[in-house]
Amino acid sequence: MEKEVYLELENVSKKYGTINAVNSLSLKVFKNDIYGFLGPNGAGKSTSIRMILSLITPDSGKIKLFGKDLSVDRYTTLSRVGALVEKPDFYPYLTARKNLEILGRLSNVKNLDAKIDEVLDLVKLSSRQHSKVKTFSQGMRQRLGIAQSVLHDPDLIILDEPGNGLDPQGQKEMRVLIQKLNVERGITFVISSHILAEVEQLANRMIIINKGKSLVEGEVSELLEGGGILVTIEISNPEKALLVASKFESAQDAELSENNSLRLRIPRERIPELLAEFEKDAVKVYSVIPARSLEDYFISKIGNE
Amino acid sequence: MNKLVRIELYKIFTKPRTYIGFGAVFLIVVAIQLGFYFEGEEILDFVIQNLKDSFLFEGKLINVYTVSYIVLTSLWIHVPILIALVTGDLIAGEANSGTFRLILTRPVSRTKLLFAKFFAGWTYTYLVIILMIVLSVGLGSILFGSGDLLILKGTLNIFKAEDALWRFALAYSYGILSMTVVASLAFMLSAFAENSIGPIIGTFAIIIGITVISTLGFSMLRPIIPFLFTTYLPAWQLFFDYELDYGKISRAVFTDLAYIILFLSVAFYHFRKKDILS
Repeated sequence: MEKEVYLELENVSKKYGTINAVNSLSLKVFKNDIYGFLGPNGAGKSTSIRMILSLITPDSGKIKLFGKDLSVDRYTTLSRVGALVEKPDFYPYLTARKNLEILGRLSNVKNLDAKIDEVLDLVKLSSRQHSKVKTFSQGMRQRLGIAQSVLHDPDLIILDEPGNGLDPQGQKEMRVLIQKLNVERGITFVISSHILAEVEQLANRMIIINKGKSLVEGEVSELLEGGGILVTIEISNPEKALLVASKFESAQDAELSENNSLRLRIPRERIPELLAEFEKDAVKVYSVIPARSLEDYFISKIGNE
Repeated sequence: MNKLVRIELYKIFTKPRTYIGFGAVFLIVVAIQLGFYFEGEEILDFVIQNLKDSFLFEGKLINVYTVSYIVLTSLWIHVPILIALVTGDLIAGEANSGTFRLILTRPVSRTKLLFAKFFAGWTYTYLVIILMIVLSVGLGSILFGSGDLLILKGTLNIFKAEDALWRFALAYSYGILSMTVVASLAFMLSAFAENSIGPIIGTFAIIIGITVISTLGFSMLRPIIPFLFTTYLPAWQLFFDYELDYGKISRAVFTDLAYIILFLSVAFYHFRKKDILS
């Protein structure tokens, strides 16, 4: 069965003077995706996100949300979208709860008080709900930003740099929250981030853009692992391990690295079999580290530009 | 629409800067009234000393109406600043604080949002003038009591107490209209700006600039002076002529209405198409 397309951009372009901020960009986000939106600074990510949210009008091209043209059906499509664009700015002179009340009313949220309690609890801000936002740290504002994005039970949430201002613990909590909302509530996410590890751990599909143009789009696993993933295996007997790996059918480019670890390319699903072969030949395996990360892939793509 | 208006009013009246306007009106009116309460007789003697040779003044000349007229004259200089302080912030303030990213990504019509913002700004304008009325007429009645209104306006105009009241009512009503022009100008500038300093200062600079140029009376500008909104800012004084000049009053009212429509049309046209980059 064909997956439902929640967001589609068809040849969308935006120029500022002579600069092409976004140049004929096309992409598709399917229902239940966690979609990574990657690109270096100035690649056009924020402009694209603002166009998707109707903050900026495209010069040309079409944006469809839930199969409907955004320019024709802005009201109903946006009511199903939650967003946190760049930094989380609120009315600083109002409390966290009052900010959510205003935003909830704008989104026609039913049972607003109960819903506010729920989202404040979700982002662990219940104890500070009556504090003015001007007293909040960047991390707390970021969490409040997430709270307002889920307040109206959207089907699609667009997060622009959600990990900004969060400490490592906060970033981890954010990832867990996104995964939870994706799995438990079936919310589709579009996540723009420069923290590649964050996207790598979360996204099932992604696009990399540069200079306003799409460089590559697809399944994260396929893009990163086409022809197998590159792994470094820390073992007890390097020479013997190299011999075993050379004979193993699916392993390619096996070689010993300077610190006597074994490096090779292998399809992810064949790794357990290779480890079983090592065990048979009394080669102890201490660790298996995937060397081919999103960071390498990203740099290789951007570097080619 | 009602929901948007309520939200905008809530935002205005929870913002500390809103109360600067009310505070300033309170301080100025009360200061003038206390000044007249304690030293009013000396001030009045000084003002009418030349007239005493020709006229015999009887009755209570320092009364609620005379002091209210003086309050009106002096406050009309300050009120545009106080109006611009809030209305100039209505759109640019959201751009500056980045909150447009929150509200315009919700299912909200930009046109309705702008209507709500303007209506909320107009309500503030209206309330500032209501406060002026309450303080100058209400508090003035307690402090000074009633009496005939004495005005030196080219000629010496004296109105009986019952005649003064409706003139004040019309003057204040016209004041609300002319201050709506100021609010519309600040609102229009606010639609173009990314922070509220520009529209606030811009509004006042435009009013002062045009007023100064008009007052200098350059002959080449004379034909356009009747079409400038600043020409009609002091038109509330027309209601204190013995014979009301309906021609002049109508021209003032229609010019004000034309400017309100012009300023708001430009604001709406621009904002509906504006890219939110803040």
